[in-house]
Amino acid sequence: MRRFSELLDRLVLTPSRNGKLRLLTDYFAGVPDPDRGHALAALTGGLDFPSVKPAMLRALVMERMDEVLFAYSYDYVGDLAETISLVWPAPESVDEVEAPALGHVVETLSRVSRSDAPTVIAGLLDRLDPSARFALIKLATGGMRIGVSARLAKQALAALGGRDVGEIEELWHGLEQPYETLFAWLEGRAGKPESAARALFRPVMLAHPVGEGDLERLDPAEYVAEWKWDGIRVQAVSEGGVKRLYSRTGDDISGAFPDLVAAFGGDVALDGELLVGDPIVRTGSFSDLQQRLNRKTVSKRMLADYPVFMRCYDLLHWEGEDLRQRAFEERRAVLEKVVPALDRHRFDLSPLVAFSRWDELDGLRRDPPHPVIEGVMLKRRDAVYSPGRPKGPWFKWKRDPFIVDAVLMYAQRGHGKRSSYYSDYTFGVWAGAEDDLQLVPVGKAYFGFTDEELKLIDKYVRDNTVERFGPVRSVRAEPGHGLVLEVAFEGLNRSTRHKSGVAMRFPRISRLRWDKPAAEADRIETLTALLAE
Amino acid sequence: MFSGKPFGGRSRLMIENDTPDKRVFRSGKKSLSFRRMKPQDLLHPRPEGLYCPPGDFFIDPVRPVDRALITHAHADHARAGHSSVLATRETLDIMRLRYGKDFAESRQTAAYGETIDLGGVVVSFHPAGHVLGSAQIAVEANGLRIVASGDYKRHLDATCAPFEPVRCDVFITEATFGLPVFVHPAPEAETARLIASLAQFPERAHIVGAYSLGKAQRIISLLRAGGHDAPILIHGALAKISRYYQGQGIRLGRLEPATVEEGAGTRAAGQIVVAPPSVLGDRWTRRFADPLSVFASGWMRIRQRARQRGVELPLILSDHADWNELTATIRETGAGEVWVTHGREEALVRWCELNGIAARPLNLIGYEDEAE
Repeated sequence: MRRFSELLDRLVLTPSRNGKLRLLTDYFAGVPDPDRGHALAALTGGLDFPSVKPAMLRALVMERMDEVLFAYSYDYVGDLAETISLVWPAPESVDEVEAPALGHVVETLSRVSRSDAPTVIAGLLDRLDPSARFALIKLATGGMRIGVSARLAKQALAALGGRDVGEIEELWHGLEQPYETLFAWLEGRAGKPESAARALFRPVMLAHPVGEGDLERLDPAEYVAEWKWDGIRVQAVSEGGVKRLYSRTGDDISGAFPDLVAAFGGDVALDGELLVGDPIVRTGSFSDLQQRLNRKTVSKRMLADYPVFMRCYDLLHWEGEDLRQRAFEERRAVLEKVVPALDRHRFDLSPLVAFSRWDELDGLRRDPPHPVIEGVMLKRRDAVYSPGRPKGPWFKWKRDPFIVDAVLMYAQRGHGKRSSYYSDYTFGVWAGAEDDLQLVPVGKAYFGFTDEELKLIDKYVRDNTVERFGPVRSVRAEPGHGLVLEVAFEGLNRSTRHKSGVAMRFPRISRLRWDKPAAEADRIETLTALLAE
Repeated sequence: MFSGKPFGGRSRLMIENDTPDKRVFRSGKKSLSFRRMKPQDLLHPRPEGLYCPPGDFFIDPVRPVDRALITHAHADHARAGHSSVLATRETLDIMRLRYGKDFAESRQTAAYGETIDLGGVVVSFHPAGHVLGSAQIAVEANGLRIVASGDYKRHLDATCAPFEPVRCDVFITEATFGLPVFVHPAPEAETARLIASLAQFPERAHIVGAYSLGKAQRIISLLRAGGHDAPILIHGALAKISRYYQGQGIRLGRLEPATVEEGAGTRAAGQIVVAPPSVLGDRWTRRFADPLSVFASGWMRIRQRARQRGVELPLILSDHADWNELTATIRETGAGEVWVTHGREEALVRWCELNGIAARPLNLIGYEDEAE
């Protein structure tokens, strides 16, 4: 348990992705089965212990200490699990007592009944150090927020075994905790785990952005184009009576979209875009779609107000055949037969966009016919479906971003490598009458600038600080004095959480306008006009 | 101003812990009766600091005063500008290093255990285990003994004399970590984590934020004891004090200056750099290779504290008593009354109430909450 709790403590404080990967890979390499497999399950969200509730833990600690002292402690620490882990009266050093291993803890928690849970949990807490007590409580109550995605854990496994992460994603849903066959394969002690499981995830094929000069070397006749829909990439798989909906990285998201899962079946693996609305009537915006994202369960009301459908653009498996080694045009031909046979309110076909020259397609890309389109996709007619991001067969060519000139208002210290720089910027645009201009914050961005530009902005922030609040500085920003930032963004949503009423999607700093007087930055009306579309 | 011995005569008598001293006081400014005093007549807070009216002196005053008794050399306890200062030799030495030789008009040394008569009040200094030269100050008159413990800890520390409990009627305790959540783990285990991280991330400079007097030298000493023999780079702010510690026979191994100009972003990969906490994540760290910020402090027990400061490797290492040390020490002194200062007074007062000990917060002002 100690190695696991140390890992959690380090992960949560390590900002860099590579640092996290190193911690994970070292952990998986150094910890034996089955503990590392249980840790992997915990990190990838595969554990659930319904018998343990926070209220029960609180009751346990109250039996053991003065309630006023507990209240002072909780008030100071602010997090219940952490407070309990710190104040739990147990020996600070547990070397003398044999501390339970992670595997033992997981097995105990998964077997315990609700009525036995208090005694069992107390018994475990008595034998753990504070850091391990915290890990136990987080594990038991299902609240691990440690900034590690399931994908990152899988990438650490890939690094451990010198494999491609796609291979692990493909195997993933057929594996069983605590993943001993997986580790045996990664360490070269056994072959690749064979799986009898059905409806597995197939690693997805991704596109490169169109770069400078890319298209000049390509023949338009070899490619087809489709609109690039602004939804989320999903894979719908049905096999032997098992149905699953997967995210782009192979997370099983079936539970969040029961309406879509109920609408297909048979022996099929479809690749496409999840969108809100009804394909026959209308396609909803990305902010509509956001209502349905990141939910474990979904209410009836939500299902009725924000129905989802899938706009299909590829077919990976059909009636017992793996189609991935066939050319795009062949797959597309089958897809065009398969999709119309499905529920018309839940599935439709991503239409092809006819063009003969790149400049013609460029015109379409710049002025798409629907607000949920964010550009075009290019797919080579003869390309097989290869997982990952191979260069050449697929390109994405996005609509140009929206641009606004905003004024820097607040700057916050960055993390990791940038912790000595003010690198996170909140910016605003003008509102109010010409003689009484006020800035309203409209967004925050922390990239898009070069390292050299970062140094200049950092200096500007330090030289123009008005007030400091912990890691944040407010920067002088008046009509007659301020730094104008050109901000690029992909779209605008209405927001009740922001004072300005708008929330930007994917904002980044596209240029520093040292030359532009602050008073000439944009007004809020420029943004609200975009919303009206 | 004062000449000769502003702090009065010395006695070779040691305070015996169990029997209150029954000596007759020499006459001071006003004559003291044998009637047992009220504790607040012997010591009470004033805006300048804790004041002793019969002895006419302050303990750790935060403003310049005539006569000051100083528990230890941390800046919030030891200020420059008093007329005369009575403190341990090490505390006086460190004050001189920090403030220059004219930090007070006159200075007098108190040896641990030695008693000094100040206008009929007997004072004595006893090791507090906080930093080099740190002392608790026992103040005694008419059979009443109050111990002002300054800052103290009970964990072993190779860089200073260990805390000695002094039996007393009233114990004045700090409460920097006066909450049950603060239990400091074994220091060796903490530095072992730093040494392990150095092996795991050999391409990164490990910048350790540690208070420049005491904590910095303690962590270096712990690293040496843990087998880390490589040169350690130190920030300029630590240089004089560390050299002084070495002069007192404390083994810190090879120390090299960290503050040189060249080598932007590439210096000290796989090395330990010790610096004051204020530089963590500041521009000063940009000269080092992918700096990994380490903070050695009792506050690191709380995850959010580490997160807020952008600390990647928190080490729970403190020169203050943790909750268990505070409560155990209160019991050991046998004090019937406890006055609680700087920190989380309310929880410690509550603990005293639950354990049948009279207690109240002292509400002294001017001491830093973050004096780590």
